[in-house]
Amino acid sequence: MIIRGDEPEQIALLKKLYPKGNYFMQGDEAIAYGAIFAGCRFYAGYPITPASEIAETMARELPKVRGYYIQMEDEIGSIAAIIGASWTGLKSMTATSGPGFSLMQENLGYAIMTETPIVVVDVQRSGPSTGQATKGAQGDFFQARWGTHGDHPIVAISPISVEDSFWETIRAFNISEKLRIPVVLLADGVIGHTREQIRIPDPEEVEIVYRKLPKNEKEAKYPFGDVDGSLVPPMPLFGHGYFTHVTGSTHKETGLRDVYTPEVHIKLVNRLHKKIKKHEKEIEKWEEYFTDDMEILVISWGVSARPSLGAVLKAREEGIKVGLFIPKTVHPFPGKKVKELAKKVRAIIVPEMNLGQLILEVQRYVNDDVILKGVNKIGGVPLTVEEILREIRGV
Amino acid sequence: MAKEIYTRYKMAKYLRKEALPTALCPGCGGGTVLNAFANAIDQLKIDPRDLVVVSGIGCSAWIASPYFLADTLHTTHGRAIAFATGVKVGLPDKKVVVISGDGDLAGIGGNHLIHAARRNIDITVILVNNFIYGMTGGQVAPTTPFGAKTTTTPYRNIEHPLNIAEVVAEAGASYVARWTTAHVYQLIESIKKALQVKGFSLVEVISQCPVQFGRRNKMKEPSEMLRWFMKNSVPISKAKNMSPEELEDKFIIGEFVSRQRPEFTEELNKLIDEVAEQFGLGDEDAD
Ligand SMILES: Cc1ncc(C[n+]2csc(CCOP(=O)(O)OP(=O)(O)O)c2C)c(N)n1
Ligand code: SF4
Repeated sequence: MIIRGDEPEQIALLKKLYPKGNYFMQGDEAIAYGAIFAGCRFYAGYPITPASEIAETMARELPKVRGYYIQMEDEIGSIAAIIGASWTGLKSMTATSGPGFSLMQENLGYAIMTETPIVVVDVQRSGPSTGQATKGAQGDFFQARWGTHGDHPIVAISPISVEDSFWETIRAFNISEKLRIPVVLLADGVIGHTREQIRIPDPEEVEIVYRKLPKNEKEAKYPFGDVDGSLVPPMPLFGHGYFTHVTGSTHKETGLRDVYTPEVHIKLVNRLHKKIKKHEKEIEKWEEYFTDDMEILVISWGVSARPSLGAVLKAREEGIKVGLFIPKTVHPFPGKKVKELAKKVRAIIVPEMNLGQLILEVQRYVNDDVILKGVNKIGGVPLTVEEILREIRGV
Repeated sequence: MAKEIYTRYKMAKYLRKEALPTALCPGCGGGTVLNAFANAIDQLKIDPRDLVVVSGIGCSAWIASPYFLADTLHTTHGRAIAFATGVKVGLPDKKVVVISGDGDLAGIGGNHLIHAARRNIDITVILVNNFIYGMTGGQVAPTTPFGAKTTTTPYRNIEHPLNIAEVVAEAGASYVARWTTAHVYQLIESIKKALQVKGFSLVEVISQCPVQFGRRNKMKEPSEMLRWFMKNSVPISKAKNMSPEELEDKFIIGEFVSRQRPEFTEELNKLIDEVAEQFGLGDEDAD
């Protein structure tokens, strides 16, 4: 029995179990609830700090909505299991942190190549290696983008608060289902473990998307083609008698392996890229503050976006004309928008909890005459308003 | 040539014609395994629509996908069982079968193998043990006999091989059997049993890779390898009364375990029914 998430019984169940209203919870829990509201009914994972509360919440809540929880033997198995489950039609998710995310990279590539919708949550923690296991960080910006090998597109989303974690998880599922692509939720340990008040909506307020299925046998014969011009092929689920063949090797539109013909590889990999490019508008999301009259721009993401907003508000009180740009979809990066904003300012400041990652992406869209400065902090302690404000005042 | 073979071959209806001829070398044991599996499916009258076949990476992985005409998932190296776990949970009423090599399932994928057996999830694994990494050109495998030559043990192998069937039986599987490609009828019977058992089942097939293993170990011809299997196979009943020294270099064949234990997907669904009843719709007293 496949649950899409929008059945009347499921809606009624959600209303009963999680009545609309204010709740006090951690970011990790908000991710789990967001997933359940998005229709996720399969979770496989392996414990790791600071992501374990997602697994614990899923283990407790999923059976209530007839969903499945499995603790696998490792992270490689976890992402493998959710890919397998996704081919049976279950909306599926796993969650981990740095070291576990590293282990998942090979199968993340597999999900990209086989166009399997899944959501992979990386609650970023300090690194490299085991690092400060319990401390949050933002060091996986590029691991999310380039961690798996080969030329591949990726979608990664980064929430900025506990409530945002709920909604961005839903958005991650919707993009993943709509475009048949794995979506990475680049959360972080600080928000993951912070408790805040969030509003749980009525399930009807939540827009949910379910993948396109083949309308007939003919469509099902081309699970990796472009049957309707959207570049997103309908997904013939296992168990429906379609005899679908799925492989991570280069394949033709029918799914059959062909690793020798250059054109087959070129066509497939280019379509994977074009598919994302074509739907960029629907994938992109950002927040903008005071960008109309700004002379200085702050660009920040995830956990660092909030002290950044605090600093911008304070600077405004002091009469400094500063604006703020927060990419919520961090990959594909909204470079065009940044380029446009960068033309208006003399300086750009990029606060993040790492030694400079987002700033490298920003740099590609900024002319030499703009001062570009990072505010970087590692050690597991989030940036403060004061630390960012100091830099704003300084430029 | 290929066409002639498959039009005459009774099991051809189970094969994905567009993918033929197979890429397996002439004389490879993989063909025997494919044949045995197709015959088992045919004899049990399993509709291929009720079948999902999953494999990893290696020559033996090709037996299942692309060649078998069912839903087929060709995964990353070593991970087939983990992928199959997700498939089985989503489709508990279908037969989920993993066919792959010893390097794939017991080397890089050994962890998944043991834990799937422990969990006792209803998946049938057909593990093709050819003592070698065939696809990558004949490197040492976790099953390579002590003293054997491979491209990465050019002098001789100084490691001990893994006894896969015993390990999986010990880990908790419901059904474990081992045969060689020289025991085709017994192999078919075991695959049939494995497919019918509710729980994790493993059929280990000792298979010839004349090209990468035989050639380097004085058995260039497939027939020489089959004779080697015949000569050195000992039924498990007989092996029980033999000393470890006598059993050195022998292939113990037969059924290792056949038992009933609670199965994972069934338990998972039972648990969900219980929880859903406690919290679900209609039960107004639930908190
Ligand atoms: C992660 C990873 N490591 C290594 C490989 C290379 N590789 C492909 S097949 C194979 C060995 C296959 O051996 P086995 O499973 O015994 O199958 P056989 O070819 O002998 O049938 C290896 C090491 C790979 N594809 N992926
Ligand atoms: S290399 Fe060995 S295992 Fe691979 S197809 Fe050839 S004979 Fe079979």
